[in-house]
Amino acid sequence: MCTVCGCNPAINNEHSNNVSSNEFASEHEHHNHHHNNQGLHYGQGEAGATVAGFSQNKLVQIERNILSKNNGYAENNRQWLDSNCLLALNLVSSPGAGKTTLLVETLKSLKHQIPVAVIEGDQQTDNDADRIRQIDVPAIQINTGKGCHLDAHMIGHALQEVTLPAGGVVLIENVGNLVCPAAFDLGEASKVVILSVTEGEDKPIKYPDMFAVADLLIVSKIDLLPHVDFDVGQAVEYARSVNPDIEVLKLSAKTGEGLQDWKKWIIDRTEFLAPRSISVSVTEDTNYHA
Amino acid sequence: MHELALARSLIEIVDEYAAEHHVTHIKRINVRLGEMSAMTRALHFCFSSVAEGTSCEGAILNIEIIPLTVYCGKCDAIKAPSGRYSFRCLECGMPAHKVITGREMQLASLELFKTEEAFHTPPTVQQSLRLESI
Repeated sequence: MCTVCGCNPAINNEHSNNVSSNEFASEHEHHNHHHNNQGLHYGQGEAGATVAGFSQNKLVQIERNILSKNNGYAENNRQWLDSNCLLALNLVSSPGAGKTTLLVETLKSLKHQIPVAVIEGDQQTDNDADRIRQIDVPAIQINTGKGCHLDAHMIGHALQEVTLPAGGVVLIENVGNLVCPAAFDLGEASKVVILSVTEGEDKPIKYPDMFAVADLLIVSKIDLLPHVDFDVGQAVEYARSVNPDIEVLKLSAKTGEGLQDWKKWIIDRTEFLAPRSISVSVTEDTNYHA
Repeated sequence: MHELALARSLIEIVDEYAAEHHVTHIKRINVRLGEMSAMTRALHFCFSSVAEGTSCEGAILNIEIIPLTVYCGKCDAIKAPSGRYSFRCLECGMPAHKVITGREMQLASLELFKTEEAFHTPPTVQQSLRLESI
């Protein structure tokens, strides 16, 4: 009889420590049989976990997604957006890919077509929100401080400040980072990943997670193509190797080339929003006209 | 800093469980991480500092790594992809649309101390000695 947990070594041969020499690890390995030995059923819910003689420790199955809290908040956001007939897009890229410039240039004309609001995520400063506000679009700035990504809880709070009529679009500019934002669902309808031609065309395979979870790839700054070695075809091929279904748009916020297609992409998605009633909700002091 | 959010999230779930079940100290936390999450080392790195002052202080963090597999429509089978950077079927070379395993970030189970035992067990566990999965 094992003195630590009371199990019978004749049945469980896994007590022989096959791994390690240090004192911690021997204690550590001791309990492997609890996971490995199917016969003990040690840990199928707390109530069922108590076996006679196991007086000291017990194993309980939890089986929860580590990000379940975030996903719960994301689900709330999604429901709120759905019930208010709003579309949310989560824009992600490396720092400096041109997310804010793209937003500014897009919104200059898009704000006359559909109601829009922007949530800006940065480690520090209100600079980006200020740039959006300068073109008379409501913007909410979130500073993540030490954080490297926006999470669904932050977005939930930001959405409380969004007052858009049905059919509106909330554009969320995430922190410039191609790694962490991939893991955090914000409740958005789609992630849009922006890759500028001044970066490497192999970013989709260097940061596959982000490209795998995005619905749309925007290749930006294409006005610079004559001056850089960026191979657009190769970049798209790489992106499709980690996400065969990803859509691709190419544009330049500076020259305006391709911006129409991007705006159309957004507007097309608002068509899916249930009862669209922009014309009803428009008031005289707004510029919205459907 | 992504790992900090992950560690906090993990410890929050465990802490909540501990409070509900009147457990003061957790002995061991068993986590499943997909290969794609690439978080193993980072999570180990920050776990003990985030765990300070919680029911997880001194707990062993045990991480099981789940390999990456994809579904290949052409072969109609679950395959290992040709690499972490290319979700193509290793055999037919076709792009695979669906990741089957390898994205998990899951708390699988907890091993609990009985409360009295916890009081007599000083929290001396060094996380660095526990890196069995790395």
